[in-house]
Amino acid sequence: MSESRLRVSKIDEVTQIEFIDRNILDEANIQAISDEISGIIEQASSPNLLINFANVDHLSSAALGALITINNKANEKDGKLRLANIDPQIYEVFVITRLNKLFSIHETLNDAMEHFNKATS
Amino acid sequence: MGNQKTRIPHSQTVELLNDRHAINELIERILGLALHAGLKDAAIFAVRLAIEEAITNAFVHGHQDLGSDVPVLVEYKVTLGEIQIAIEDQGPGFIPESLPDPTLIENLSKPFGRGVMLMKAYMTEVLYNAQGNRVTMRYSTP
Repeated sequence: MSESRLRVSKIDEVTQIEFIDRNILDEANIQAISDEISGIIEQASSPNLLINFANVDHLSSAALGALITINNKANEKDGKLRLANIDPQIYEVFVITRLNKLFSIHETLNDAMEHFNKATS
Repeated sequence: MGNQKTRIPHSQTVELLNDRHAINELIERILGLALHAGLKDAAIFAVRLAIEEAITNAFVHGHQDLGSDVPVLVEYKVTLGEIQIAIEDQGPGFIPESLPDPTLIENLSKPFGRGVMLMKAYMTEVLYNAQGNRVTMRYSTP
């Protein structure tokens, strides 16, 4: 069993996920992250996930692909994925690929949490 | 064979295996030279992303039917405010124009097919050879 590449905590009904690595670039690392988050989704009935990008300096198209897979899996289980704290340079990657239209992206964790709360109230 | 060889003149050439430490070391070496040549933070971000995507494509797609002992060739040349990089795999090549546009609504939720478009978005110039197994990229400070 390899070491976790994530910090995971549960706040209210939301699973907050933080990346340990600053660079989410290589296939093996991305696969490990994707598998770990998929496991979290499988265990929940309607998974609410908030991924915190605060530590992330670089990501690749393979990482975007993993996020899309995670988003699809969360949607299939009537869950919701939100992303927050994305560095402006990385946010530009989302804009260029138009994935800012696919994902729910928030400036801060608080903003994302408020949207989760609004959706459940 | 029959693949035309147009090397970047006066470039450094490295044979690279699909080993993460070796890939990281090479990318850091190239980016170190780029910093010395006056490339700024946004340029370093762009070049790192483009090299990463091109190397990933070379191994994951180009070498998918080849052994792990087959190297990818990387050429690089850094001059004042400019960097040129070529990445050549030993696979059959592909037709870049055949790639679907990943930004179309119907392709947005597909988890693949964004590497080449990111390379083109971030670099000044991205050119493939006729066989499609060698990409030459250039970043010039605006």
